[in-house]
Amino acid sequence: MSSVDTNLDIEPESLGADAALLRPVLRTTWRFWVAAGVLFSFALLGIYAYIFQFRYGLGVTGLNRPVYWGVYITNFVFFIGISHAGTLISAILRIAKAEWRRAITRSAEVITVMVILFGVGSILIDMGRPDRLMNIIKHGRFQSPLLWDVCSVTCYLCGSTLYLFLPLIPDIAILRDRTKGLRHGFYRLLALGWKGTHRQHRVLELLISIMAIIVIPIAVSVHTVVSFVFAMTIQPMWHTAIFGPFFVCGAIFSGIAALILAMAIIRKVYHLENYLKPIHFNYLGMLLLVMTLLWFYFMGCEYLVTFYGSDPTHMAVWWDKVSGPFAPAFWTMVLCCFVVPLTILANRKWRTVAGTVTASCFVVVGMWLERWTIVVPSLSNPRLPGTHAHYFPSWVEWSIFAGETSMFILLYMCFTKLFPIVSIWEIREGREVAVKEVVERVTSYLPSSEAIAEEAVS
Amino acid sequence: MTATLKVPARWGMVIDLDRCNGCQNCSTACQIENNIPPPTPEGAGASRSIRWMDLLPYVEGEYPHVKLRLIPRPCMHCDNPPCIKVCPVGATSKGAEGIIAQVYDRCIGCRYCTTACPYTVRSFNWYPPRWPAGMGQALNPDVSVRPRGVVEKCSFCHHRLQKARDKAAAEKRELRDGDYVPACLETCPTKAISFGDLDDPESEVAQLSRSPRAFRLLEDLGTQPKVFYLREGE
Repeated sequence: MSSVDTNLDIEPESLGADAALLRPVLRTTWRFWVAAGVLFSFALLGIYAYIFQFRYGLGVTGLNRPVYWGVYITNFVFFIGISHAGTLISAILRIAKAEWRRAITRSAEVITVMVILFGVGSILIDMGRPDRLMNIIKHGRFQSPLLWDVCSVTCYLCGSTLYLFLPLIPDIAILRDRTKGLRHGFYRLLALGWKGTHRQHRVLELLISIMAIIVIPIAVSVHTVVSFVFAMTIQPMWHTAIFGPFFVCGAIFSGIAALILAMAIIRKVYHLENYLKPIHFNYLGMLLLVMTLLWFYFMGCEYLVTFYGSDPTHMAVWWDKVSGPFAPAFWTMVLCCFVVPLTILANRKWRTVAGTVTASCFVVVGMWLERWTIVVPSLSNPRLPGTHAHYFPSWVEWSIFAGETSMFILLYMCFTKLFPIVSIWEIREGREVAVKEVVERVTSYLPSSEAIAEEAVS
Repeated sequence: MTATLKVPARWGMVIDLDRCNGCQNCSTACQIENNIPPPTPEGAGASRSIRWMDLLPYVEGEYPHVKLRLIPRPCMHCDNPPCIKVCPVGATSKGAEGIIAQVYDRCIGCRYCTTACPYTVRSFNWYPPRWPAGMGQALNPDVSVRPRGVVEKCSFCHHRLQKARDKAAAEKRELRDGDYVPACLETCPTKAISFGDLDDPESEVAQLSRSPRAFRLLEDLGTQPKVFYLREGE
């Protein structure tokens, strides 16, 4: 049972084989509605939990003194980390002229824009007085790392939205020309009068490359500043200079894993096996492998330096993680972030779609645990005695977490119903222009035949 | 001690651990003076009780030679406070006389200051304030009751400074050492707590703070607390 939108006038001929990329936008199956329904019910649970918390206050969480921060702050760091999948990876691949990027950049950029909303949302959910949100603007103080976060994340959200929108314009124009009625109006508005002229293409490519350069420093700053929220305090195992680069590394790490998962699902449900090919998963798997090793390197640096210095306040946290109450979370994290992905990804035979997806599942779980073992153990071990307490999240915190995750996936799904999730024009450009360009580029790396001839003469 | 105080003063406290017998009267007096709701079984079980003046248990030695020391811990009113730096809205600030104030009406409840304070001094209002029947009518009118969702902490009974100043002005004289003291000091049965202007070389606190027995908590962090302790003699 599949419902076809009767407003649509599909012309698959003009797009050739790429019409498959429009199919998810124009046709919706019952499976979509079932999945959306399930996710929506979880989203409702999260909304109910938040209304409950809004009504009765943060007393409904498991937080206490001294563990003032818990799941919400963990989620804030985790979601902002996932958001590094998109914009950053897409921008780097674009600048590096990595031709295999064409099919994957959009699905990556959408992750960024959607998930960042929940990163910001987690901070708002964590506030004791959300009604006083505007105080951050009215009385904002730049001395506080939280204000740095506000600025950096706002820039990132705006920049990555623009960076998602710009390469969408030609595809929106394709949809505009193929729809009627309300949807046509929507696409006409967003297409900004795109006609596909030579000049328009030149301007668009220029803007995309400018944005690709701008978003990289913004993205790096975002997770550096997120780490500064912790590193700027003098709390044990937070106050370290490694946190900036370590957080950025962890963010890209979890981001690539999330991207692999998103691509695998898109590939399967929308039958885009011809576009998101095993080679893409293989390449992303290699990137993930590099990040696994980098993550382990940072991890080793941090833990060895702390251990060797053996400052007792730091060591209390250190032992709590390695062999204390946080040991299960800590060692699961090591397993998920290092042992499993390394084993799978270092083996070329296993760097398949299934293999990279398995590794990515572990990495996403592991990176959430990493954020958890950063936030909670330090707070559980204050310097002075007498204020130690155990923290376990309440049903409200888990429900809001589930709600946020479901809402993110739901928003992502809705996006795929409004816009093509694989860039049509960039695939076509790849086929019609880039293949020739790459041949020319590689030729230009090599000594020209005239030069060889001259050399032979002399 | 009738020397008049220079303005501005630098208010500080000295707690003589040799005199302190751990009776917790200071903590209770503080609770009553500052309208801190008494702990409920629910809140205490979840480790959410609010105490501006707390007693820290220091266990020294190993069984069977164990000694328990109790150290009263108000807010340290650091001269270099880590809590103020991190507040995103300026809800906490250091006054001209060195007292770290909390503006309850501006606090957004992000709890960054509570995590940044190395002394775990700051408390968050997890619940709306509640008092047992009758106690709610006996609140101190000089201290505002904090709503749910904001952070609070020891203020060195700042409201008493304002009162003492008003009184001195009415009597047409300068503020004297001893005019302004917090509630914990008043209640202490062993007179273990001294309070006054650390910048006034004549004052009792200034002299005690220079004692060879004097130390401060976590001094190596560079927070420069204005609460001094006098080490126990043997």
